[in-house]
Amino acid sequence: MIIQGLTFYMFSLVAITSALLVVTSRNPVHSVLFLILAFFNVAGLFVLLGAEFLAMILVVVYVGAVAVLFMFVVMMLDINFVELRQGFLQYLPYGIVIGLVLLAELVIVMSGWQLSPESLNAIAAPIPEAATNTHALGAIIYTDYIYSFQVAGFILLIAMIGAIVLTHRKRPGIRKQKIENQLARKPEDSIEIHKVQSGKGI
Amino acid sequence: MIATVVFLPLLASLTAGILAFISRGEDKKNPNRLDKISQYVTCAALIISTAISILIFKDVALSGNVQNLYLFNWIGSGTLNISWSLKVDSLTAVMLIVVTVVSSMVHIYSIGYMNHDPKIPRFMAYLSLFTFFMLMLVTADNLVQMFFGWEGVGLASYLLIGFWYHKPSANSAAIKAFVVNRVGDFGFMLGIFTVYLIFDTVSFEEIFAAVPQKANDTIKLFGGDFHAITIACLLLFIGAMGKSAQLGLHTWLPDAMEGPTPVSALIHAATMVTAGVFMVARLSPLFEFSDTALTVVTIVGGSTAIFAATIACTQNDIKRVIAYSTCSQLGYMFFACGISAYSAGVFHLMTHGFFKALLFLGAGSVIHAMSDEQDMRKMGGLGKHIKVTYVLVFIGSLALVGIWPFAGFYSKDIILEAAWAAHTNAGNYAFWMGVSAAFLTAFYSWRLIIMTFHGNSRSDETVLAHVHESPKVMLIPLIVLAVGAGFSGYIGYTYFVGQNASLFWGNAILVLDTHTALEAAHHAPIWVKYLPMGVGFFGIFLAYVFYMWCPRLPGLIVENIRPLYNFVFNKWYFDELYGLLFVNPVLYLGRNLWKTGDGAVIDGIGPDGISAAALNLTKRIAQLQTGYLYHYAFAMIGGIIVLISIYMLGV
Amino acid sequence: MFEVGLSHYLIVAAIIFSLGIFGIFMNRKNVIVILMSVELMLLAVNINLVAFSAEHRDLVGQIFSLFVLTVAAAEASIGLAILVVFFRNRGSIAVEDINKMKG
Repeated sequence: MIIQGLTFYMFSLVAITSALLVVTSRNPVHSVLFLILAFFNVAGLFVLLGAEFLAMILVVVYVGAVAVLFMFVVMMLDINFVELRQGFLQYLPYGIVIGLVLLAELVIVMSGWQLSPESLNAIAAPIPEAATNTHALGAIIYTDYIYSFQVAGFILLIAMIGAIVLTHRKRPGIRKQKIENQLARKPEDSIEIHKVQSGKGI
Repeated sequence: MIATVVFLPLLASLTAGILAFISRGEDKKNPNRLDKISQYVTCAALIISTAISILIFKDVALSGNVQNLYLFNWIGSGTLNISWSLKVDSLTAVMLIVVTVVSSMVHIYSIGYMNHDPKIPRFMAYLSLFTFFMLMLVTADNLVQMFFGWEGVGLASYLLIGFWYHKPSANSAAIKAFVVNRVGDFGFMLGIFTVYLIFDTVSFEEIFAAVPQKANDTIKLFGGDFHAITIACLLLFIGAMGKSAQLGLHTWLPDAMEGPTPVSALIHAATMVTAGVFMVARLSPLFEFSDTALTVVTIVGGSTAIFAATIACTQNDIKRVIAYSTCSQLGYMFFACGISAYSAGVFHLMTHGFFKALLFLGAGSVIHAMSDEQDMRKMGGLGKHIKVTYVLVFIGSLALVGIWPFAGFYSKDIILEAAWAAHTNAGNYAFWMGVSAAFLTAFYSWRLIIMTFHGNSRSDETVLAHVHESPKVMLIPLIVLAVGAGFSGYIGYTYFVGQNASLFWGNAILVLDTHTALEAAHHAPIWVKYLPMGVGFFGIFLAYVFYMWCPRLPGLIVENIRPLYNFVFNKWYFDELYGLLFVNPVLYLGRNLWKTGDGAVIDGIGPDGISAAALNLTKRIAQLQTGYLYHYAFAMIGGIIVLISIYMLGV
Repeated sequence: MFEVGLSHYLIVAAIIFSLGIFGIFMNRKNVIVILMSVELMLLAVNINLVAFSAEHRDLVGQIFSLFVLTVAAAEASIGLAILVVFFRNRGSIAVEDINKMKG
């Protein structure tokens, strides 16, 4: 128990700290790196909760893909260090107040949580005792939630198309092959036959 | 027949009025055709009316057949019954003659005088319209119909004074005339209401029949009891004061000279301004029962007579002199009515109509000859160039001053004799004022003649070269009027105020037996009879001294009495006084109500205020759209927190 | 205190969520931090879902969390694509310069 508690506190503290540093770092590269750290620690939290599949997916997808994407963009856009502008300090008190208020309300709500007795009967997909998390998840996704799964796939497809459409640009001066034009050429279009008189030339 | 007399000018006016709307220039061969048609139609109508008026006069006045022609009902409301009726008795018949003769002469004269004016049909239409309203006034059977005519002549006066409406001075003069008249008309209206309150009717017949019974009634006014008939008469007299330019409401008459000269001759000499006198004479059965009102009329009349005469001595515009002369003579007529010598007043009205119209049209002839110059200081020596005009103006002036045997002698003398014979304080005051005014009348009339026709010419070469006698179409009316000015006094004396008077007047005028002024006038001593003519001659002599033989004398005298001269020259500062008391405060009030009240307060709070507030509000709201994402996110978070707080706190 | 219950996880999620919100409107530096803050918020939501799933012993929370993950990835990629195009056109991603919608 103690180990669990300590692990929990360690993971959460690091996650919270790195989340704070994400938003307050001056260097955007540092921000991305701290984001990755936050993801890792939350994955740890997930493992503590018994959702190891999700934790691994978090690492693979979020860190491996999304955060790397962020890093790509940060590097590509060649963003400079930006000095902390004057306006930041002016609004800091308001921001902190708002954030604290929000936090306070969330905490009040969540610490006073009580489960209603009926909800225990309304469990949609009870965790099977025997199987691993992955096994259990797979059993449900591909049967009960197949439609949502397919829609999620569509979303990803659309996102991919959208990203390409948005950033694709035609560069001038680049010549590409047009296969269909090449295949549709006939001898009459490319060859002219002239009768040449001997000794005269074309 | 009487209907023909009254309505023919109306038809002519409408015809000319319609012609006025048709644009010219469509008929190239005869571009003046529309003008000629309007002139012929209106003049013909007026001449026919005159002829019929003479017949009516013979029938009604000389033979004593009073007529009353009922046309149709106008207002029938409870006990109030007002109908359109034309009543003709001796008084009306006299007025018909005066109005139609002078009007037809003015119409004919206008053919010549207004020949070069671009808007002739409109002018003729207005002249005929005025004649119709005046005829309506004199043939009225009840007070409301008279008021209809009263207002109508005021309207026609406004239209005609402001005929040349492109001149701003003409516009303001027309407005001034109308507004001052309105003040008088307000009094008239209150008088009509009072009469209705007392008698429960507005018809003349019924009122006159009921007066003796109500002679001692009182009326409650502002908490006190006043003699009812006096109040009614005083209010009605205020109306007469306004219309006839008596002292206090006279300020419009000199400015009315902005209109064309035929207008001045018709309206402001012979007919419209005499409507007040006619009204008092017509209401003689009512006025007789109120001594206070009669005294007021006498004093106002006498004061006006002297007041206007003093101002006329200093004026330089030829038309203004004659205008003030009219004002003064109207004062005579009023104080004649005030001392119960109504017939003398109407007699003077008739003779005055002739010679004053003659003088005005003569002055118009002079102005026409001098290429529209009206300042007498720039005239002189015209006698040898425009002989006919000179003779006719001379005759008119002799009649005005009251030299035997011309008309003014008879009418003025009987008035002054009656004033003396009244033996009341008011009568004596009026008598001496009248005599002084007669002296001044002679003085300024001859001042006018000498400055205009005698001596050396003070005008410049171009004007002098153009001096010419007026065409026949302008001279013939002058000659007709001169005949009237010459003989109407002698012929009319017996009928109006002499032995045949009571037969002539019949029931038209009522004089109570206690008011014996007119009767006693015939037995006045010799000096009273000849004093007016005496002072007249003295005035003429003095005018010759001042302007012919010692021309430096006027200048010297004026230098020594400069303040007095300024006072009289500036019309006794009445215009400035009224400006201070009434005009400026009203303008100030109006301007403030407009700029501050309407502009700032109502517009400011209303449309402008609302639009400014809307703009202001939207500008502020638009400032919320900063374009910065984090502002929007901030706002969203703020909103979420508010919602959560509300939900959590269970509000 | 060492007995870690549901509310502890929820509090952690709340804190990370608040930090994400804080990051959206407090940053003046560049737009990428906004996108990262969005990711943080989604992460916090995920923690919530999984925590409840563990509490109720119900797998639906985890499945839903999977989908949230998917959508978050898609949205991040699209957002970055937009950012790249924006940068191409405007040359700057400082948040204070992005106010073309000012009205």
